[in-house]
Order: sequence, then structure tokens, then C-alpha cells
Amino acid sequence: MSTATKARPTDEELVRLAQRGRWLVLSTVSRKKAGHIGGSLSAMDMLVTLYFDILRRDPSRPDDPDRDRFILSKGHNAIALYTVMALRGYLPVEELDTFDQGDSRLQGHPDLLRLPGLDASTGSLGQGLAVGAGMALEARRRGKDFTTFVMLGDGEHQEGMVWESVACASRYRLDNLVAIIDRNGLQQYGWEHDGGPDSRFDRLDPWAGVDLCAVYRGFGWNVVEVDGHDIPALRGVFSAAKERRGSNGRPTVVMATTNKGRGVSFTEGQYKWHNGVATDEQLAQAHIDLGMDRVEAQ
Amino acid sequence: MTSQREAWVAELIELAGRDDRVLVLDGDLGTSTKASDFAAIYPGQFLQMGIAEQNLVGIAAGMASLGAVPWVATFGVFLTQRALDQVRMLVAQTGANVKFAGHYTGLLNGGSGKTHQDIEDLAILRAMPGMTVIVPADGAETRAAVRWAVEHTGPVYLRLARDSEKEVDTGGVLQPDHLVELRHGKDVTVISTGVQTARTVAALDLLADRGVSARHLHAAFLKPLSERTVVDAVGEATEVVTVEEHSVRGGLGGLVAEAIASIGRPIRVTRVGLADTWSESAPNDFLLDRYGLSPERVAERIQAAVGSPLGAAT
Repeated sequence: MSTATKARPTDEELVRLAQRGRWLVLSTVSRKKAGHIGGSLSAMDMLVTLYFDILRRDPSRPDDPDRDRFILSKGHNAIALYTVMALRGYLPVEELDTFDQGDSRLQGHPDLLRLPGLDASTGSLGQGLAVGAGMALEARRRGKDFTTFVMLGDGEHQEGMVWESVACASRYRLDNLVAIIDRNGLQQYGWEHDGGPDSRFDRLDPWAGVDLCAVYRGFGWNVVEVDGHDIPALRGVFSAAKERRGSNGRPTVVMATTNKGRGVSFTEGQYKWHNGVATDEQLAQAHIDLGMDRVEAQ
Repeated sequence: MTSQREAWVAELIELAGRDDRVLVLDGDLGTSTKASDFAAIYPGQFLQMGIAEQNLVGIAAGMASLGAVPWVATFGVFLTQRALDQVRMLVAQTGANVKFAGHYTGLLNGGSGKTHQDIEDLAILRAMPGMTVIVPADGAETRAAVRWAVEHTGPVYLRLARDSEKEVDTGGVLQPDHLVELRHGKDVTVISTGVQTARTVAALDLLADRGVSARHLHAAFLKPLSERTVVDAVGEATEVVTVEEHSVRGGLGGLVAEAIASIGRPIRVTRVGLADTWSESAPNDFLLDRYGLSPERVAERIQAAVGSPLGAAT
């Protein structure tokens, strides 16, 4: 119950943490010449909100059996998760420099055998929700009061297995399970822009023409829509989702509209920044875009 | 005679009564696998997961992370073909304490034909680091394997057959990286696994009447089964035959051939099993004869090997 003894951070503190997280993602990937940028930046506000305000977790006790679980099903955004875990105290921030290097705890995709504090190994897409549902099922069987959160990408929902798990979670009324969709509207390459009203960015939305919220509702889920960059709103939505545990009700999906590459002028809405390595000039620009002078002065 | 699926569920019913960590997760084949018998007695330890094997494996990994010992029960072919990525990433790569009951493996699956015949599972899982693969000979060895798997922490794949075969006296020994000697002999060393061991016993009875003296070893564990154990067991023999209800590529035959190749001695390995071909739906006797796994057909292959000069293909 570590969070109970700590004052909740202010919205402004979370915003600054997210900006710092974005900077660490971009600069680490730039130094290490490997990593996925776009989805890491789109997910950052949510990851910071979860790890600093919502999840009942203590970095000094990563194996606490009663901790809230978190699974990054879109495992290619591992650098975002490692960054937030570092800021939260699971590992030294300096260790981010070992990302993707030999003998590192920070593998290209999250490996629970390497880094304490990871609840699942992910990488091959579509699999995290099933693991989270299994945790939620066994938690209920054992009378555990924690909540399991799983973050998925919108492109990831093209994997058929996701829908097996969506149906299963509904069948078992897993109200202790929360799926978070980082709906950034892009995937690695995707489809050519058709100029239609659903095309938010330079490639077509992974689910253009499909009402994902209605699909989830049809499967019996509690659907909440939110701006995935509005930290005060995210705090409210995630807290409310946690409070639904024990209601013998429906699992909750937080459908978060986000911008892939959020916060950096040259990556926002650019599918080509799914992965990529920033040049020194681009890093200088990102430093300005993210207001890092102000963030670092705090 | 108890079939392996009956033995599997009987042992789980016994274990579940004193260990509530033991669960059965069904991929909606409960009346085939006999998981339905478990559900009737321990409904609180049985979870129907429907016709969705990939999710089934993921659920099991999640439950195991909280200390459960879930048995994933479906046909072997759906585990090693449809849900292979999940078996690999979520279970084998994390060492999750998930047990796989691969039912209806091999050719004899009640007439379902090639779509359901798993003839590649041993090759696939033997190549997967972190996996344990047990291929019991009969009902008694199946029960021992279930007990072993529950006591062992980590992934286990238990290869089970649909139909009963004759019981095999394996001496009550079930241990990893071990070959059980079922018969002494001097002309040829025969190594078999799974329910094909019973048919091999029958084949060697036929050969004994024909004057062929065969040594017989049974492999219950295909993983771990080290090259050293195989080489030591083969000893000074120069004529080795493997027999399995599986493709001749990558299973027991592949394992033995790899081990023997590593020592550089002139030994011939004849691999009896399904050739590189799909099978079909047919009665058991037809399939065993057509695809070379009946006692008579196995005996013919062994006799041909013994009668050929080294250096010739068999």
C-alpha cells in the first residue's frame, strides 16, 4: 500500500514527468540506434499517470503478490515502459543506456526473466490481454483485491487473438481487468491515405470504417473514451475503472485517442517515426519542443 | 487397459483433491479429452475457455504467474500448430508453470484425418528451449507423468494418445534424460517412444520367433534426453532402429541420429515412423499398416535392417 503513504502528485508534476520521459525515450534511442519512438511517445502520458498515480505498486517490492498488474501488450514500446519505471525508481535512469545492448536487463522487448517489476514478457503482438485476463481470473479465485491493466495498440487489434481474449474477459465478467487502447491511429506502415474523414494522419487509421468502441460494447465491455494526453482526465478515468472491481460487472476498456509521436514536432502523426533514430539536430529541436529547459529547471 | 486420456484425468482428479493449485483449462474438447470427468468433480478448478487456443494458452500463463498449476487440455495439434507462438513466448520463454496435455496425438485420432493428426509436435517442441516433453507408453506411465509434471516447476508438454494400447512394463521408473531397457538382445538396438512402444514390444516378439535378438529401449522423456544418454545407451551396437508414431523427421529418430552422428562411429540408424507425408482418415488397423507402424510392419523394417550390410540404406 505504498501509494497510500505518499501524497498524490499534482497534474503539473505528471506533465513534467511525461515530458522528461519523452526526452529520455528519444535521446536513449538516438544514442543506442534502436527502438520504437512513435508509440512510446503516444503512450507516455498514460504510462506516467499509471505508474505515478494509479497503480498500487512499490518499486522496492516488485514481487509483491498484491500489486496491481501492468502488461505492455504492445511490447515494442518497451523503451517507454523502462523509462517510466526508471523515473519511478525501479532502475537507475542511467541504466537506460544499456537498452538493447548485450547482457542488458532492458531487452528490445520486455523480458520478465531479466528485469524485476515486469509482469509479462511481450513482443509478439496480441498476447498481453490473455495473460492479463488469466491474472484477473486467478486473482478472483484467490480473493485478491488488485486490478490488472493491459495496454494495447490499435494496430495490434488486427491480431485475431485479441478478440478471443475480449470475448473471454466478458464471459468471465472480469471487472478487475482494464484494457487501455493507445489509439494513435497509425501502425508501422498500414494503408495508403484515402483522404476520407477518418484519416487523421498521413496513413489511414488501422480501424478506419470500424467503430471499435461499438465492437467492445457489443462484446459486453464497459467502454470509456478519453483523450490519452489529458492527464487530469486520465487520472479520473483510470481511478473510476479501478473502482469497478468487485461489482460482478463488465471489464473496462479505456479507448484513449492519442497522437503517435506526441510532443515532438517532427514525429507527431508521422508513421515513419514508428521507429527511427533522431539526429543531433533533431534532438536539439525535440529539446525545444518538449520544453526541456523548463522541465529540467524544476 | 486404461487409455492415456482416462489415466490423465484420473490422476488429475486424485491430485486436485489435495492441491487446489491444480486446474484444468479446456479448449472445448472436454468430452474427448475426458476433462469433463474432472469438471464434474472439481467444477471450481475447471475453466471452460472455448474454441480459442491462443487465448487459452495466454490465460494459463497469467494464472500460473499467481501460483496456479494450470493444465491446458486440447488436441496436441492445436497447441503445437495454432497456438505455437503463445506456447513459445508466453510459456517457454518465461518458464511459466503451465502444463500442456496434448491429446489425440499421432495418427490414431478416431478417424479425424490429417487436419487433426499431430505428426510434427515432437520435432517442434524438441527444438524449443525451456520445454519438457514427456511421451508416456501407457496409462500407468501417463499417471506417473502427470504426477511428475505437477511436482516439476516449469513448462511440460505431455503427449497423449486417444486409444488404448497394451500395457508396457517400464519398471515403474519415470525420470528425465533416461532410457528404460525393456528387453536384452544382441542383433539390433531398438528405441521407441509413446504408445508405439507397445507395438514395438509386439514387433520384437514376432522377431524373436524369427530368430532376431533385439535390445529394446523406451524413451518416456524426449526432452530432456541428452546426446550423452543416447550414446551411452547405444554402447557398442552398430545397428539402431527408432520407432515412433510421428514423422521420421525431428522427433525421436532425429534425436537419436543427431546424438549418434556426434560420436563419429559407423552405426546405422533406421528411423521408423511416418515418412515425409500426410496421412488420412481411416480405421486404426488400416493406418498402422499403411503408414508402417503395425507390429508386423515394424518387424519387417527391423529385420530388413539386420539383414543388410552396413553401408546400405534401409
